Amino acid sequence: MTSQIDFVDRGLLVREVSKNFGPTAVLNVVNLDVRQGEFFTLLGPSGCGKTTLLRIIAGLELPDTGKVFLDGQDITPLPASKRQINTVFQSYALFPHLNTYENVAFGLKARRFSHQDVAERVGRYLEMLSLGDLEKRYPHQLSGGQKQRVALARALVNEPQILLLDEPMSALDAHLRARVQADLRRLQRELGTTFIMVTHDQEEAMMISDHLAVMNDGQVLQIGPPRDVYTKPTNQFVAEFLGATNILSAVRHGDRVMTGLGDFMMQHPPDWVKGSLTIRPEHIEVERPDAFGANRVKAQVCETLYSGAALDLLLEPEPLPNLDPDFPIKPGQVKVRTYTHDHIDRGEYVNLYFPPSHLVALNDKPI
Amino acid sequence: MASKKSDRISWRGDVTKPLRLRLRGLGLTLPPLVWLTLLMTIPCLTLVALAMATRGQYGDVIWQFTGNNFRRLIGYSFFGWSADNFYVLFRSLWMAAITTIICVALAYPLTFHVVTRPPRTRVFWLILIIIPFWTNVVVRTYAWLLVLGPNLPPARLAAFFGLIPEGAALYPGQFAVYLGMVSTFLPFMALPLYASVERLNWDLLEAARDLYASRFQVFTKAILPQTKPGLAVGIIVTFVPAMAMFVVTDILGGAKFMLIGNLIQQQFTQARNWPYGAALSLALMVMTLISMAIFRRRSGLRNLS
Amino acid sequence: MDKKRPLVALVAILSLALLYIPSIAVAIFSVNNSRYGLAWRGFTLDWYKLLLQNEYIHQATINSLILAVVSTIASTILGTALALGLDRYPWPKTLHRFFDISINIPIVVPDIIMAVSLTLAFSFLRVITPIFELSLITLIIGHVTFQISFVTLVVRSRLASLNQETDEAARDLFASDFYLFRRVTLPLITPGVLAGAMLAFTLSLDDFIISFFTHGPDSVTLPIFIYASIKRGLTPEIHALSTLMLLFTVVLVVIAERLSRKF
Repeated sequence: MTSQIDFVDRGLLVREVSKNFGPTAVLNVVNLDVRQGEFFTLLGPSGCGKTTLLRIIAGLELPDTGKVFLDGQDITPLPASKRQINTVFQSYALFPHLNTYENVAFGLKARRFSHQDVAERVGRYLEMLSLGDLEKRYPHQLSGGQKQRVALARALVNEPQILLLDEPMSALDAHLRARVQADLRRLQRELGTTFIMVTHDQEEAMMISDHLAVMNDGQVLQIGPPRDVYTKPTNQFVAEFLGATNILSAVRHGDRVMTGLGDFMMQHPPDWVKGSLTIRPEHIEVERPDAFGANRVKAQVCETLYSGAALDLLLEPEPLPNLDPDFPIKPGQVKVRTYTHDHIDRGEYVNLYFPPSHLVALNDKPI
Repeated sequence: MASKKSDRISWRGDVTKPLRLRLRGLGLTLPPLVWLTLLMTIPCLTLVALAMATRGQYGDVIWQFTGNNFRRLIGYSFFGWSADNFYVLFRSLWMAAITTIICVALAYPLTFHVVTRPPRTRVFWLILIIIPFWTNVVVRTYAWLLVLGPNLPPARLAAFFGLIPEGAALYPGQFAVYLGMVSTFLPFMALPLYASVERLNWDLLEAARDLYASRFQVFTKAILPQTKPGLAVGIIVTFVPAMAMFVVTDILGGAKFMLIGNLIQQQFTQARNWPYGAALSLALMVMTLISMAIFRRRSGLRNLS
Repeated sequence: MDKKRPLVALVAILSLALLYIPSIAVAIFSVNNSRYGLAWRGFTLDWYKLLLQNEYIHQATINSLILAVVSTIASTILGTALALGLDRYPWPKTLHRFFDISINIPIVVPDIIMAVSLTLAFSFLRVITPIFELSLITLIIGHVTFQISFVTLVVRSRLASLNQETDEAARDLFASDFYLFRRVTLPLITPGVLAGAMLAFTLSLDDFIISFFTHGPDSVTLPIFIYASIKRGLTPEIHALSTLMLLFTVVLVVIAERLSRKF
């Protein structure tokens, strides 16, 4: 019995894809929708299966079960050479015996484009990626950044439906990375091609993508726009992978939630009775010790880290007076990031305000 | 969702039926493999059977199986047991061993000297070592007949010291054979050794010189361990062929200096005793395999190529 | 290291002398105006002239060259095919090991045993078809047999340095099987194939033992001719021939060195 397949007119659909390498399940029933024309990122730690998924989309690997649809057509049985999908490999995989022009022209020549067509297209894309003067150079004469642009040109010149990028930034210097990220974004918007990128760098994924999918252990944990995934993570892994965060174990009593830090009101209370909450360090507000009201916790500053743009604090909350001995929660330390203070002494006491709208209940079950 | 288990696999970026892949692979490997099996592997194995056959009256092979040849190998012949064959086997091993040792002793200074030359000169020296490596062994060996000939300086010198009679040549004889062997195999030893010497860590060497009092210790504790790979390869490509050598001993050694290679050659030409020749070949094979096993274990090398 | 060590240098130079004195002697005697004996009687190029007129030597040279060229072509094709087939297709482990052993036998086993096996093989095959009577053909077949392994070795090591990702990139870029082979695989292995061919060529020219066992009465090669002359009685033409062979080797080595720099 097939599950719901919406035959979207344009876009990539991955349905129930699993892949095992020997005894290990590298991908475990993965489902994905990528809309035509968006920048989509697969984000996750090494070994989570994201590269394997990319290769299955490219046609370089066959899934054990499941199908891949492109624009409504089942492309699963098609080999890579028959798919309108091109890849930029992590190591660029440029042909060492061909110069830049010939590398870029490869896909067109393989499809027997005429000489003039090849020249015109290659010229256009070399221009687009500022590779004009490097036409006659060979890969061993190119820098890392140049090689990447050749790899991009070589893929894009074929005007594929989808461009796949395997950790494109990992081989570049840090200062080059920011430039390349911006360039990639601009390129994608200009061309309107669907880009699917694989990375383990969450900052990069958030800055550049329209949608991202967080993966771990062969499963997709959450899909959504960066803002949603960041502010409303559905489970602990996603919450912690996307940035520093506070995790609080909690027990719900009606509308209120009991945590190791105290009683909290939440704007969106959870369904469960026992579970975890999360709140980002930058959402907790620092107030003077005499402030009072709901959702407030008194704490002592243990560590401070001033990074110019913000002040990061590590605080030890005041122990609660009547803690239920059966209460499964230990308070632990709280991470707070504040932009409004630039100095707080260690050992000082402050009040922390946990805005109800920013407390997020976690499911700890993947979608 | 149930999905049909497809009969295709992905291999090196292509999706294809495994059978098609196998057929392609077979198409590529079968012709050469058939050639090799037919002309080499099977005949080698047949040597075992041949070694147990008998020689007919006119030099043909009678496929009557007996252990005679093996008994003859270890010395039992028509006239009872003699140690002649043992001498031949032993001489082959001994000669190969001495040649190898001398080559090692010469190769180390040679390679050290070359590696300490400036790059330009180094290439020149390497070419000088490579040229004899590629020169025909027959040519190189018979040339010694000239150098060691009667009334030439070396022979005159030996006669002066009473080592040989006046007007005689320095061949045939042990000295000539050893000269021939060492000069043949020195490049075989020097080139692999050079590859290791080139990679020596000179700082470690300096430290060792400071640490150890005697030169010998510096050699055994610092140089030897680091050059082991090259040395091992050099020893194997010297010792094994030297054992089986027959050209040098044939030209420079004369009748008294037979090695197992000469014996084998004899069986297949004058003596026309193929079964015995096969038995000798097997013995040589065994010697080869044993020496290689020993050296591989000693040097910890797992892959010769 | 800038310490000059005279002892090391001395041994090195003596070693080189050991390697070259014989060759130099041959060269000297090739221009010695004396037919027998080893006394110096003046410079002459007569022996070279005689050499060029010697029918037997012509034949032997032609045989050596034909042998080398034909066997190199055959073994390069077979050896490259074997290397590609081995490296590029999935084989079960035991089969792989069988392949490896078969290929390594000629490299590891002494020449004389190979020669004996070939003699055996030919004597069996002769019963089936007369092609295997000792002749130039058996010479060629014998040479190809040991050359294949060396070519396979060299090409395989070249293949090992090639990346699977390069193939995948070509596939991703719409390359068909043939296109991939012609435009990616072949160009990338060509240096290895050429190196293997050169190795096979030189091994064939230089070979004595295997040729000795597999040649026919009218398919003598140069090394065999020289060996026979040693038994019959050396003439200065042989010295001239040897000197020319030495010079040829020198030229080959220098060319090979220049070529290897380019890659």
